[in-house]
Amino acid sequence: MKNRLLLLFIISIFIIIFIIFYKGLKNTNVYTPDITINKEVPSFSSELFYSNEVIKSKEIFDLDKFYLLNIWSSWCVPCRQEHSSLMDLMKIKKIKIIGLNYKDTKKNAESFLSELGNPFHQIIFDKEGINAIEWGAYGVPESFLIYDRKIIKKYIGPLNKQSIKEIKFLIK
Amino acid sequence: MKILKLFFIIFFIFSFNHLKANNEEIKIKITKNLRCLVCQGQSVYDSDSEFANSLKVLVDKKLEKGFSESQIYDYFKDKYGEWILYDPELNKNTYLLWLLPILIFLIGGAIILKSFIFKK
Repeated sequence: MKNRLLLLFIISIFIIIFIIFYKGLKNTNVYTPDITINKEVPSFSSELFYSNEVIKSKEIFDLDKFYLLNIWSSWCVPCRQEHSSLMDLMKIKKIKIIGLNYKDTKKNAESFLSELGNPFHQIIFDKEGINAIEWGAYGVPESFLIYDRKIIKKYIGPLNKQSIKEIKFLIK
Repeated sequence: MKILKLFFIIFFIFSFNHLKANNEEIKIKITKNLRCLVCQGQSVYDSDSEFANSLKVLVDKKLEKGFSESQIYDYFKDKYGEWILYDPELNKNTYLLWLLPILIFLIGGAIILKSFIFKK
């Protein structure tokens, strides 16, 4: 009786361990950031691209408008793809696009903008990639939709037609 | 008196040097405990990716500002979640991880004790 109980106990432990490992097998170990929404805009001070002024992040998002913070770089290929979508979004008056230039040189960024157009209301110049980390970003491109100093929606990777549609719907 | 002054200057320089080295040690310790999120199975310390390099600069800046080690961990946890730390903390998501080895050890010990000692 005692032996049987022990056997049952050992078998059940093995089954539990098997289930845990089997479930773990199916999990991807590639990092997928959790998209936490309604988070406050991080406070930091940053340099502006054209004027070299140092500005507090709270001063950027203070109007009663929607903001789209877009992290981009001239060396990033997907940024090139999504740029036309940003130019499209710029035409809407309810939304202001703020650029965050990630680990770039001014010269390359300027030629990128003169080639494809400048959809940004303001550009934050982030040479060391520190401001992007304050936003919890881990690559380019990434976009954050902001209203009332809160992050409503986060897009990882280039914006496509569907996400633009979604943004247009959200700001209505 | 001159010698004393010289001694003081040397002492001052050395103590300053020590402070710098100490900061470097903490920086290495912290970056080794941060997971490089865009790499596979590498710490920030080991990686040379854009993301990891930015993180290293930021850790440096935070240390300069006088942040403690745990404050820096909390900061990154707030931005990226628990996953960024290699050394997970004990909470409701990780209690199984922490307690299971102890539990298995105790059960194993009990079985050994039972079958070898009490049998005699």
